[in-house]
Amino acid sequence: MQIKVLGSGCTNCHTLERLTREALAELGLTAEVSAVTDYPTILGYGVMSTPALVIDEKVVLAGRVPSKAQVAELLTAARATG
Amino acid sequence: MSTGEATGADPAAGPGSAATGTPVAVGAAAARPRWWWTRLLVAVAVVAAWLAAYLVNGPLWDRIVYHLLGLDPASRLGSGVHFFCYDSVKIVLLLVAIIFVVTVLRSFMSVERTRALLGGRREGVGNVMAAGLGVVTPFCSCSAVPAFIGFVAAGVPIGVTLSFLIASPLVNEVAVGLLATMFGWEIAGLYIGAGLLIAVVAGWVLGRLGVQRWVEPFVFTTRLGGQVIDSTVGLSLADRIQMGREEVGTILRKIWPYLLVGIGLGAVIHGWAPQDLFARYAGANNPFGVLVAVVIGVPLYSNAAGVMPLVQALHDKGLPMGTLLAFMMAVVALSLPEMILLRRVLRPKLIAVYLGVVATGIVAVGYLFNAVL
Repeated sequence: MQIKVLGSGCTNCHTLERLTREALAELGLTAEVSAVTDYPTILGYGVMSTPALVIDEKVVLAGRVPSKAQVAELLTAARATG
Repeated sequence: MSTGEATGADPAAGPGSAATGTPVAVGAAAARPRWWWTRLLVAVAVVAAWLAAYLVNGPLWDRIVYHLLGLDPASRLGSGVHFFCYDSVKIVLLLVAIIFVVTVLRSFMSVERTRALLGGRREGVGNVMAAGLGVVTPFCSCSAVPAFIGFVAAGVPIGVTLSFLIASPLVNEVAVGLLATMFGWEIAGLYIGAGLLIAVVAGWVLGRLGVQRWVEPFVFTTRLGGQVIDSTVGLSLADRIQMGREEVGTILRKIWPYLLVGIGLGAVIHGWAPQDLFARYAGANNPFGVLVAVVIGVPLYSNAAGVMPLVQALHDKGLPMGTLLAFMMAVVALSLPEMILLRRVLRPKLIAVYLGVVATGIVAVGYLFNAVL
């Protein structure tokens, strides 16, 4: 699984990245988590409100910091479909 | 509602909880009436507790500060300490209520929807719409750059986009709520009107100046790709309430230092500053009062909640409302962190003009209010 956290390095983006890593660890999943801070790339995903979460090139969340449980839910759903 | 399948027909359960099918969701849906009444009861209890706390706040601190501690209400220490304690609790209570309500209401709007509404609008009407939408759209200044690029990519004129970006922090919902409860709806209404006017006019003027020249070229070549997803669509009421609760926590955690400094300064001014000190330097008789307030306010960076105790204390000391509103707007609307962010898409020249035009607007509004109020 390839996970990207989109955002220009604001506090919210770091929070989302930390939550994602924690959720992955709790689920026992391994994934490549990277931060995308480059604006044209972020806009390339159709994202205008950061932070956003991209799992396997698909935007699953944008514009808010979710709870860890919600991230875990998104990760599990993405793994089931992907 | 009592007949048929309860599961899936429950509007409050939403797609998120329905899809997971956890035991909790199923149980709640099966016992819907009781579950629903429990929720309602909790909501009523929360509102009642809030009201009780708000009403008891004043008398409580009267007793503690003036009776138990034996401080004189007329003394500097007494009135200062009372101001600090009473205002801290009052402002936190107000913030909790305002942030919660605003977050839940705003969760029905999104930057994506705003962009769709503004796409292809001409200047003029577009500026007015953008300013209004800037107030109601949930928007964090950390998203200013992607929103700016996204708007421009959708064909929204630069001036209209700037109207949105100016209005968003300038007409601050927390400031509206606090002004309304402290000074009445008339002042809060004037503040909203003035903020919108500044955003519309400043955006329009900047558009007229042909500021496209000073926008970083990559903005015009960036294309909005993929599928634009709406960040707030399809949320259930429970989700929105949850968002409201989280937002209250997040914002309070973020702003409490500003709040304490603001209330502390307010208390010092309230208790210790001589009655005529501020009135002499920034009072109604000083023609440069508003200008001084804005010049002091621009480099200061705080939020509406932190400024409000200061505004109240200064108002008690006889400063005119126009000067105070101008000061507050200068503090909340123009912030260094946002300018640094915007530097990624705007050339320094445009940032300077932006600051100049908005600051001029704020000064003008300050003088206008001082003249009419």
